Amino acid sequence: MSDALTSLTIAQAAAKLAAGETSSVELTDAHIAAMEAHRDLNAFITETPDLARARAAESDARRASGDARGPLDGIPIAMKDLFCTEGVLTTAASHILDGFTPTYESTVSRKLREVGTVMLGKANLDEFAMGSANVTSYYGPVKSPWKAADGKDRVPGGSSGGSATAVAANIAMAATGTDTGGSIRQPAAFCGIVGLKPTYGRCSRWGIVAFASSLDQAGPMTKTVEDAAIMLSAMAGYDPMDSTSADKPVPDFAAALTGDIKGLKVGIPIEYRVEGMPYEIEEAWQKGVEWLKDQGAEIVEVSLPHTKYALPTYYIVAPAEASSNLARYDGVRYGLRVEGGDLTEMYEATRGEGFGAEVRRRVLIGAYVLSAGYYDAYYLKAQKLRTLILRDFTDAFDKVDVLLTPTAPSAAFAIGEKMDDPVAMYLNDVFAVPASLAGLPAISVPGGLSSEGLPLGLHLIGRAFDEETVLRAGQALETAAGFTARPAGF
Amino acid sequence: MALDEATVRSIAKLARIRVADDDLPGLANELNNILGWIEQLNEVDTDGVEPLTVVGDAQTPMRQDVVNDGDIRDDVLANAPDAEPEFFTVPKVVE
Repeated sequence: MSDALTSLTIAQAAAKLAAGETSSVELTDAHIAAMEAHRDLNAFITETPDLARARAAESDARRASGDARGPLDGIPIAMKDLFCTEGVLTTAASHILDGFTPTYESTVSRKLREVGTVMLGKANLDEFAMGSANVTSYYGPVKSPWKAADGKDRVPGGSSGGSATAVAANIAMAATGTDTGGSIRQPAAFCGIVGLKPTYGRCSRWGIVAFASSLDQAGPMTKTVEDAAIMLSAMAGYDPMDSTSADKPVPDFAAALTGDIKGLKVGIPIEYRVEGMPYEIEEAWQKGVEWLKDQGAEIVEVSLPHTKYALPTYYIVAPAEASSNLARYDGVRYGLRVEGGDLTEMYEATRGEGFGAEVRRRVLIGAYVLSAGYYDAYYLKAQKLRTLILRDFTDAFDKVDVLLTPTAPSAAFAIGEKMDDPVAMYLNDVFAVPASLAGLPAISVPGGLSSEGLPLGLHLIGRAFDEETVLRAGQALETAAGFTARPAGF
Repeated sequence: MALDEATVRSIAKLARIRVADDDLPGLANELNNILGWIEQLNEVDTDGVEPLTVVGDAQTPMRQDVVNDGDIRDDVLANAPDAEPEFFTVPKVVE
């Protein structure tokens, strides 16, 4: 019974709730049981079962009195622990936020609460969302439910690794993620689920612990493209509290899923065929091309000449913004304080102890590239490259409606690999980062399994504020791929 | 332009992060690897290219100049590690 409930999609559960075939309390209890049964995955930093049961009961009461609030009312979800949640510990997976319990709710989590979702808990992530394997969390690594033939635990990807694992393991029906340079899409690909990074500005950043403010964007992580559309409609919208949020109407994204991609022009960027890319990634990509072509899309080769410079550009821009954003962790206003002889020593001791190795590396890189004498050589240079990268996309979208690429250059690797080489870890996001720098919407959809039996993702990038085309083409891939594989035992 | 240990120490000082002396060589090595990889950007001629700071609509929204919150002192102080009832506290800074 409970397996049947935890395997439902949002759309299926909403139909059952509407028909009176199940209740939010029943759904929520089944998911809480799954959360408790799979604690070994370490997908959650904080579980909130009491809060979840209370919100589920409220949802059922609303429904009983005819006041149900739409398809998300009563749906149990996981919240990435980067969203501030009123009265619930919010850590960003960092020691430096020890005990931080916000007195306010982030805009996105508030909007999801207002449409009736039930928060099961705060999902684990890489510390301050900095990582591609969910191994930098102060609360320990997250395990993917997927295992390869060698039996070694696989990373779920990152930084939204807890969110991806929770959805893939049927612990949460859906989850929130945030994506700065691939943090929704790469873990979605590694875990065989759908992950959508909306256009920069589509969802408010207010109340999300800031990493790189010109890149950060919240989005849904779900079992299906339809569920992603449903979630995004609830998460998106203008917010006066975020001056970069876009004052544009929010379409009914699910209505865009017409199933018709006839005549859609799909660009294949030749520069994404990178040297040393495993054959099975190339093969999965080619299958994606065929699937779209078979459904009437027109395939066009395009060139994005500055693609190879996107990742190093990102590793100037993102650390620079992070070093600035993370200056607020000073031992005075929230979280950890480590005493020192004077004020400066207190700052240094607090930040020395409070930040993990990857966060420290990025803050130092950021401080360096912004420092006097190096600003022009690094930071200004990177901002100019960003202009060229955006221009590549603008030119491509004169010719095509959407771009198809692989999501990541490999399937999930074992926990512990790539730990001693930061640049090797960064390369995970080589296909995800260009769209981040250009602020474009992009989705990862499961495209098949690797030879080791691990999920591979296909990646679609669209024009700014054209999530509808991205979702429609994403669903076309999903339908053709017919991805029904499940991690063993789940 | 490789970073030596003294430079790493001074960056850490700028960033107000204490780094143990034992960690400096390893950290310098890691940062040099990352910066060395970033240097490939110098292959690209960016003369005359405008820097991009914001994607999308760069216009800052306007609003009425009115107070729209306030009276939340206790909320603001709620998470301070060592707050007095009405204040943040820091180690003594004047003799």
